[in-house]
Amino acid sequence: MNFDLNDDQRSIKATAAEFLAARFKPDHVRELAEAGSYDEGVWKEMCELGWPGIFIPEEHGGQGLGQVELVVLMEELGRVLAPSPFFSNAAAGLVIQTAGSEEQRARWLPGIASGELRGTVGEVSGDRAPLVADADSAELIVLLDGDSATVVEGPLGERVETLDSTRRFSAVEARAGEQLAGDPEPGRDRIAGALAAELVGVAQQTLDMAVDYAKQRKQFDTPIGAYQGVSHRCAQMLLEVEGARAAAYYAAWAADAEPETLALAASMAKAYASDAGWRVTASSLQVHGGIGFTWEHDLHFFLKRAKVDGHLFGTAREHRDRVAALSGLGLLTTTR
Amino acid sequence: MDLTLSPEEAAFREELRAWIEANSPGREPEGDEAAFEFRKRWQRELDAAGWAGISWPKEYGGRGASLIEQAIFNEEIVRSKAPPMANVLALAMGGPTVIAHGDEDQKERYLPPILSAEEIWCQGFSEPDSGSDLASLKTRAEKTDGGWSVTGQKVWTTFAHHAKWCMLVARTDRDVPKHKGLTYFLMDMEQDAVQVRPLVQITGESEFNELFIEDAYIPDENVVGGVGNGWMVAITTLMHERATLAFGLQVQVQIALLQLRELVIERGLENDPIVRQRIGQLTIEAEVLRLNAYRGLTQIMKTGVPGPEGSLGKWQWSEVNQSLTEAAMEIRGAEAPLLESDWAYRFLRARANSIEGGTTEILKNIVAERVLGLPRMGAK
Repeated sequence: MNFDLNDDQRSIKATAAEFLAARFKPDHVRELAEAGSYDEGVWKEMCELGWPGIFIPEEHGGQGLGQVELVVLMEELGRVLAPSPFFSNAAAGLVIQTAGSEEQRARWLPGIASGELRGTVGEVSGDRAPLVADADSAELIVLLDGDSATVVEGPLGERVETLDSTRRFSAVEARAGEQLAGDPEPGRDRIAGALAAELVGVAQQTLDMAVDYAKQRKQFDTPIGAYQGVSHRCAQMLLEVEGARAAAYYAAWAADAEPETLALAASMAKAYASDAGWRVTASSLQVHGGIGFTWEHDLHFFLKRAKVDGHLFGTAREHRDRVAALSGLGLLTTTR
Repeated sequence: MDLTLSPEEAAFREELRAWIEANSPGREPEGDEAAFEFRKRWQRELDAAGWAGISWPKEYGGRGASLIEQAIFNEEIVRSKAPPMANVLALAMGGPTVIAHGDEDQKERYLPPILSAEEIWCQGFSEPDSGSDLASLKTRAEKTDGGWSVTGQKVWTTFAHHAKWCMLVARTDRDVPKHKGLTYFLMDMEQDAVQVRPLVQITGESEFNELFIEDAYIPDENVVGGVGNGWMVAITTLMHERATLAFGLQVQVQIALLQLRELVIERGLENDPIVRQRIGQLTIEAEVLRLNAYRGLTQIMKTGVPGPEGSLGKWQWSEVNQSLTEAAMEIRGAEAPLLESDWAYRFLRARANSIEGGTTEILKNIVAERVLGLPRMGAK
C-alpha cells in the first residue's frame, strides 16, 4: 500500500515542472492567450521529449508508461496554464488506444505519439460537437456519440470563442467516418481523469498565489492572511485541492491497475475537481480583492480555464449522477 | 502508486476477519452500566488474543503492528460492527504516553491493567475556561510532602464515572509562560476529593462528565515525563494514533452511506434528481476521506510525520458526517423528527463532530499557519 508517486513518477513531475516553468512564464502565456495561439516551438520540444506518447505502448511508438504518468504531466501543464494542443492530442490517443482495433491502433497511435498526426476528441450532442479543442488544427478527429466513436479527418469546424482563451475550440458538425471497434467509455473516463488532474494543477497554482498574496498584502497594518476571514478561506482551498488531487491520482491508478473501478473513480475525480477547480480559483480571486478582478492580473486566465475544464467531458452534475448510479441507485429513469 | 495490500497485509486482514467473525460478541446491551461491562468483556477477549494493544510494542504486551496493520484493524473492527473496546482512551493515548515518557516502574505498574480493561482511564485536559486554548488551563497542583495537592475543574471527561485513573494536566508553575508551567499526572479517581458529575448532552445521554477536584492527592511517582513538561507529554503521542483512527472513521461513514442509499430506495426516491445529486456528492466526499486516510498513512510511513492530509481529515470527516445525517433527515421527510429511528439521534450527535477533538475553526487555524505558512492570527 503506497498512495504516492514512485521515484520515476516524481522525477517526471519535477522535470516537467522545471521545463514548463521556463517556457510558459506568465507574460508569455498572456501573450499567447491574447493572440489565441499556441507556442509551436514548445510543442515540438514536448514531442522530442516524447510527452504526447507517454501513455502509448512502445510498439506503437510511445513510451509505454501509464495513466499516472499522463496525469502527472497534465497537473503540471495546468499549473502553468500551458496553451498547448497536448491535451486534445492525448484525448484522441486515449480513445483510440482503448477502443481501436489492433489495426486502427497500429495505424493511428504512432502519429499521435510522435505528434506528427495530431488528434482531438469531440462529444456530439444532437447534430454537432459544440466544443472540440483544437479541431481547427488536428488531422484526426474522434467524435464520441453515446456508445459509438467515429474517426473523421480534420481539420474541421468553426472556431468558437469560449471563456478560456488559453485553449482553442471549434464546433464540429456530426458526420460519418470510420467507426472504432470497441467501447469508447474507458477512453472517455481516462480523458475525464486527465482533466481532473489538470484542474488540480490550475487550482494548486491559484492557491499558492493566494497564500503569497495574503502574506504580503497589508491592511490595517496587518498581513491579510492573519485574519481568519482570509486564512480560513485559504485552508478551505487547500482542503479542496488535496481532495481533488487524491481523487485524480486514484482514478489514474485505477485506470492502469484496477480497470473495473475506473468508471466510478473517474466520475468521482471529475465531479470533485470540476467543483474544486472553479471554487478554488474564485476563492483566490476573492483573496486578491480588486486587483484580482483586473485583466492585468493573471488570475482570470486560471478561473476561466478551470470553469471551462469543468464543463468538458461531463459536468460535475453529470458525473455526480453517474456516481449515484454506479454506487447503488441505478440509472436514472426519466419516465415514471 | 499502489493501493493494493501486500500478501502479508492481506493475510493479516483475513486472519483478523476470521477471528472477529468467530468471536464477535453481537449487539451491545441497553444501558450505560451493562454496555460498559459488555465492552470490558469484549476488550478482555481481544487482549487474550493479542489484539487490544495493536499499536503497542510487543515488550509491553502489544502486538507491535505496522501502521498499515493498525489501519486495517481499525477498518475491520468498524466494518464488523463490533463494539468499541472499553478502555479506548488509555489504549490510544494513555498507554502510548506512558510507553513514550514513563519510567520503568510506571510501565510495569500501569500498562498491563490497561490492556485487560481492569483499570479504565479518563482524560482530564479541557476546562470550562480552557477549551481550544488548552495551555491556558487553571487547575493547579501545589507541592506537598511526597506529592502534589490538586484543585480545579475539568470538563468533557469521557468515562470519568468508570475510571480508575485520570490523565490530568495541571499547572505546577504560574511564573513561566503558559505552555511551560504544566505537568502531566496520573490521578487516582478513587478519592473523595474528586467528584464526578455527568454532563447531559443535547441527545439526552451522558457521554461526558465534569470533574470537581478539591485538594486531591497525587504522589510524586505519578508524574509522567517530568515536572513542567506536561504540554509536550500531552501532545506528542496524539499524532500517530489519529492517522490510523481516520480509517475507522471513514469506514463508519461508508457504512452510514450504505444505510442512506437503502433509505433512498426504501422511500422510492432513487429517481429524484436532487436526491441523486446529494447521494452522489456524499459518495464522492466519503471516497475522498478514504483516499486521504491512505495518503496520510503513506506520508507518515515515509517521513515519520503526518502530512497536510492529517490536519484535514478530521475536519472533512465532521463535514461529511454532518451532511450525511442532514440528508437522511430530509429524505425521511415528515417522519424524520420521530425518535423511533436512529437517524434523528445521529443528526443530533453529529453536531458535536465539528467541536470534539479540535473544533473546525482551530483545525483551519492549524492548516493556515502550519501547512500554508500564513501569519499567526493577529500577527502584525
